[in-house]
Amino acid sequence: MLEIKDLHVKAGDKEILHGINLKVKAGEVHSIMGPNGSGKSTLAQVLAGRESYEVTAGQITYEGKDLLQIAPEDRARLGIFMAFQYPVEIPGVSNTYFLKAALNAIRKERGEEEVDALDFLNLVKEKMELLKIDEKLISRPVNEGFSGGEKKRNEIFQLAVLEPKLAILDETDSGLDIDALKVVAHGVNSLRSKDRAFIVVTHYQRILNYIIPDYVHVLYDGRVVKSGGKQLAIELEKKGYSWLGEETVSAQLVN
Amino acid sequence: MIEAVQKETDIYLSNFAQLERELADEEPAWLRRVRKAAILRYFELGFPTRKQEEWKYTEVRPIARIPFKPAQYELDGLTADKLNQLTFGNLQCPRLVFVNGHYSAELSSLEGLPDPVEVHSLAQVLKEDPDSIEPYLTRYADYENHPFIALNTAFIQDGAFVYIPKGQVLKEPIHLLYFSTAPEEAAVAYPRNLIVLEGNNQAVILESYVGLGERKYFTNLVTEIVAGENAIADHYKLQQESREAFHIATLQVHQDRSSSVRTFNVTLGGALTRNEVNVVLDGEGADCALDGLYLISGRQHVDNHTRLEHAKPHCDSREIYKGILDEKATAVFHGRIVVQPGAQKTDSKQTNNNLLLSDEALINTKPQLEIYANDVKCTHGATIGQLDQDALFYLCSRGIDKATARSLLIYAFASEVVNRIKVESVRVELDKYLFSWLPKGHLVKEAV
Ligand SMILES: Nc1ncnc2c1ncn2[C@@H]1O[C@H](COP(=O)(O)OP(=O)(O)OP(=O)(O)O)[C@@H](O)[C@H]1O
Ligand SMILES: [Mg+2]
Repeated sequence: MLEIKDLHVKAGDKEILHGINLKVKAGEVHSIMGPNGSGKSTLAQVLAGRESYEVTAGQITYEGKDLLQIAPEDRARLGIFMAFQYPVEIPGVSNTYFLKAALNAIRKERGEEEVDALDFLNLVKEKMELLKIDEKLISRPVNEGFSGGEKKRNEIFQLAVLEPKLAILDETDSGLDIDALKVVAHGVNSLRSKDRAFIVVTHYQRILNYIIPDYVHVLYDGRVVKSGGKQLAIELEKKGYSWLGEETVSAQLVN
Repeated sequence: MIEAVQKETDIYLSNFAQLERELADEEPAWLRRVRKAAILRYFELGFPTRKQEEWKYTEVRPIARIPFKPAQYELDGLTADKLNQLTFGNLQCPRLVFVNGHYSAELSSLEGLPDPVEVHSLAQVLKEDPDSIEPYLTRYADYENHPFIALNTAFIQDGAFVYIPKGQVLKEPIHLLYFSTAPEEAAVAYPRNLIVLEGNNQAVILESYVGLGERKYFTNLVTEIVAGENAIADHYKLQQESREAFHIATLQVHQDRSSSVRTFNVTLGGALTRNEVNVVLDGEGADCALDGLYLISGRQHVDNHTRLEHAKPHCDSREIYKGILDEKATAVFHGRIVVQPGAQKTDSKQTNNNLLLSDEALINTKPQLEIYANDVKCTHGATIGQLDQDALFYLCSRGIDKATARSLLIYAFASEVVNRIKVESVRVELDKYLFSWLPKGHLVKEAV
């Protein structure tokens, strides 16, 4: 489904990602872990099409297409969804109506009919229950005045409504208390299917107790320094990230 | 004195001489006196220049350069049906239509007005019962210190006279529609509106100024609103003149005790616009809302000057002006709040927010507080910004195309002030205009 090859990314004058390789197949759940500033969000944003990052080398192929040539809105329509680490507040734009416009844009791309108001309402209701999200929040302007946790939950609510093929969750777990985390994880798990892939970006192993990944990759200073199964996450939780630095340095010396 | 005469004043002087000849002895002596005083004052003041603080960012030489003749009544194929197509044209409400500044009986319809309410053309009142308006006309807008008010006063001929007696409650608008057919020869009209609410009553007044195409003409208007004790007035003004038109307007509001006035100033058209709104809160417990929206592009220039005077204690005022500027449009916002000695417990808040859609658009914004009382609450704030790139990306990342995302954000910006419009029929019409103005507006309409 997704293949990233030797991806180099710059923001301003600074190179942040120094050659990332990653392959994600439909049905898989990959976790990307790494310390602050290692480039996790940069990777997520580049996948979603953020133009303030400059891809200086490498390729991203999504379902056989050159993803880097595709505008953000078209990526969304092709089934890519990123849950933001810091969801944006948009006063004056209603959550529900904006989501309906988004859903219809995506459905149009898929050759499906637009949802009518009633079907949409039912869909929203169903997903609201799934994520135990308050109806009042949904009818408010996008993220305006939401608490940190509410914003994160709203991201997953949008994910559930839009039903993407590739979902990238950028630190959806941070800022959630344990109950909220369980709800969100339950929401994500219920969306897992053989056609859908997830990239779960996180700092902590905790969320991976609930969303069990197939693969774990460790991002450190803009490089994937280690990949493995779910045990890797547990190892990281115990040892922290600092030992990885030494390991990379020595690996580079050997090379 | 004579040496100081600027060339541009000549045309107005000869126009004035001609008007006096035409009116001969048909007008009341008091008005003739005021007229004379006003033209004299105009003659002394001349056109403002950018050396004057109040006109620092607005250049009126392009107006001065053109020898405008008084506009004549001419329908030029205009019909009521055509007027119905305009913004606010299909509101089901009494409508006074003026063509090139002159009342059009054939296009107006005053159906539905309760009997005691008086709505007439000013020309008619001046002819038939001038004494009834002497206590009000020319008493509020100050021609002594303003050349354009002086000009308007000197040339008073027509406009609307609205008188709402005590106890009358009108919840739907009375629409004053000024349409310019703008014939070949550059012409000037001087609409003069006088709206009096006697007190303990309520009315909605809607003024719109419309001209089609690219014709050059000049509208120099003055509206005076007198809100008596306990009166509630909603006032809307829509400026949708031709893209080549000059529009200089003064709205003068005088509020008595416990009256409540909301005024909303929408500027969409015109090449050069100056709106002055002066409100005097002259009775305890009065409140006013002073709002505006300017939506401009190309080389349009809009200058909003507001002056809010708290003359008595316990008055509240809220002011929000929002501007959206594209291409090379330029705008000025100058909001002055004056709290007079003794006007304790004044509560006043002013905001001006601007959204610049291009690098070449320009706004000068200047709030000004003059406070001569010590127990007051006054705040003001101004912002100038561009579309929020993070919000744009957020919307696009959900599948919404860029044009729609932009329009959504622009609409959201405007809606904060549009939503303050209390009269639903007016708000709906203005929304309709916004949706037609915004690229992909039909999608925005569904998403807000
Ligand atoms: N637009 C930008 N301009 C300049 N530097 C940037 C930009 N975006 C990110 N960076 C820098 O790139 C590095 C990686 O940032 P990124 O947000 O991708 O890290 P992260 O792994 O998501 O961190 P965190 O765990 O704190 O979310 C940081 O040093 C950050 O300061
Ligand atoms: Mg991050």
